[in-house]
Amino acid sequence: MSAPRLSPAALAGLLAVALLPWAVRLFLGDSEKYYLHLLIQILLWSFIYTGWSLMGRFGLTSLGHGAFSGIGAYVTVLLWNFAGVSPWLGIPVAVVAATIVGVLVGYPCFRLRIAGHYFALMTLALTEFVRLCIVGLRDYTGGSLGTQPKRYGDGLSLYAMQFEPDRMLSFYVAFALWLFGLYVWRHVDRSMDRYALDAASQDEDAAASVGIDVTREKLKITALSAAMCALGGAVFGQYQMYIGPDTIAGLGTSLNIVFAVVAGGMWAMLGPTVGAVFTQLLSEGLRVVIQSSGILKSVLGSAALALDSAIYGLLLVLFIIYMPKGIVGTLLERRRQARPARVARAETPPA
Amino acid sequence: MALLAVSQLTKRFGGFTAVSNVSFDVEDGEILGLIGPNGSGKSTIFNCIAGMYVPTSGSIRFEGQEIAGLSADKVCHRGIGRTYQIPRPFRNLTLLENVALSAWFGQQRAVSRAECWRQAERALALVGLPTDAGATTDGLGAGALKQLELARALATQPRLLLADESLNGLDHAETEQAADMLQRIRTEMKITIVWVEHIMGVLMRVVDRVVVLDHGEKIFDGAPKAAQADRRVVEVYLGADAAA
Repeated sequence: MSAPRLSPAALAGLLAVALLPWAVRLFLGDSEKYYLHLLIQILLWSFIYTGWSLMGRFGLTSLGHGAFSGIGAYVTVLLWNFAGVSPWLGIPVAVVAATIVGVLVGYPCFRLRIAGHYFALMTLALTEFVRLCIVGLRDYTGGSLGTQPKRYGDGLSLYAMQFEPDRMLSFYVAFALWLFGLYVWRHVDRSMDRYALDAASQDEDAAASVGIDVTREKLKITALSAAMCALGGAVFGQYQMYIGPDTIAGLGTSLNIVFAVVAGGMWAMLGPTVGAVFTQLLSEGLRVVIQSSGILKSVLGSAALALDSAIYGLLLVLFIIYMPKGIVGTLLERRRQARPARVARAETPPA
Repeated sequence: MALLAVSQLTKRFGGFTAVSNVSFDVEDGEILGLIGPNGSGKSTIFNCIAGMYVPTSGSIRFEGQEIAGLSADKVCHRGIGRTYQIPRPFRNLTLLENVALSAWFGQQRAVSRAECWRQAERALALVGLPTDAGATTDGLGAGALKQLELARALATQPRLLLADESLNGLDHAETEQAADMLQRIRTEMKITIVWVEHIMGVLMRVVDRVVVLDHGEKIFDGAPKAAQADRRVVEVYLGADAAA
């Protein structure tokens, strides 16, 4: 595999993202912690969303990826809290566990050609199964209240992979993870397996006739996707220093993943990232507006706090109807139409 | 030894017997016509060989090895390429990608990626489709889509080609062209061909031998000329009156 060659525009973009926390420090010094937290969240979720899109782009619409990020987070934290296993070992174990679960669920689905709605339902059941396990094992997991990794020393430790107090460091951890996600996406996009999965998503029989082992190809991408989400979930837990079924494991997480990627665009490299920016800013913005609005609170009372979910749902419907290719996909299409002579590829990052 | 040996092949769907105890051989290098009216079992036999159906009983040996019951991708890997009667292009991919992925997976990743793209270009050029990277399936007619089917099958580098042409999607000139193409594939690429058809006309000019099916049974196996003179074959195609 050759090292990815980057265009000047891509390099400039990377540099800009890498320097973002310093810009925050320079211009938003007062609330640096908050803005860095926002950036870190965006990058961590971008990584998880990118992992989901590896499957989603091939018509494997999973509502179960909250299960994988949950397994990643919980296995890592439980191993640390109850067996003293460092996340350096715990995370690989968690990733392998999530991959095995993904393959165990995927294999019968793909062998029996469960696709579309039924595949979505199968994976939905997986999400719920994992959530029930977490709640059921409340003596270890803290049940629906969630739990925390035991703090090691002052909370900054290489051995315990704890970095939360240092937001700059946290940012670069998230940044590295995000870059790794883009690299994996690009690697898949340029592989022959990508064509096999595109072909199989259209016509499984015809794909098999030209020698594609459809089940195997789907399992490979499922394993990769599950592993990425587990890794993302594990690092997310290490950063938040808190894991709960609602923040990293449940149905809400699964649905948020799908919504963000649909909004950003699942067929472009930066689609999931833009989806993360969009959803994070949206939920933060809504939270601020709703909390500071006296009118909303007086009319709806505490129900106002649930408004953001309603707006989320509405937006999802609008996106699916009017922008099925998502923000990035639609922009790329506009640009392609503006320059019909050139064959633009979806991997060109938007300016 | 025959390249492909089908013996006592039976395929039942529930209580319906689509193919009943059919045996025939395909010799290395020949073009065999597999013909019969609609519903005679041609496509079922074809799909049994290609790994789409598991035969109820009987055996299918390719190069001496049993292949009955193998999945479609495994059959392809053994060296059997197929086309579909109704073209099934991957419309989300370009023409070149359609064919290149067939070269890559059909040969089990045994050749380099660069070579796969070259093979894809050659296959597209052979069937007469554009080889530029931007060409897509948009706006292609039935004839061109058939050619794409063929290019895809050829790119897997088969030793036996199963060509399912049993659909009246093509006009007379296109059918003639298709016949010439299969002949070229046999002579230039040394690929053995089983050609499935339900009309006899143009096929007779090209094939070395025909196997005629009716109601799932083999009723004739021999030279095309002799088939046209055979009483049962004429009966099947033209009715009992004409044969009398």
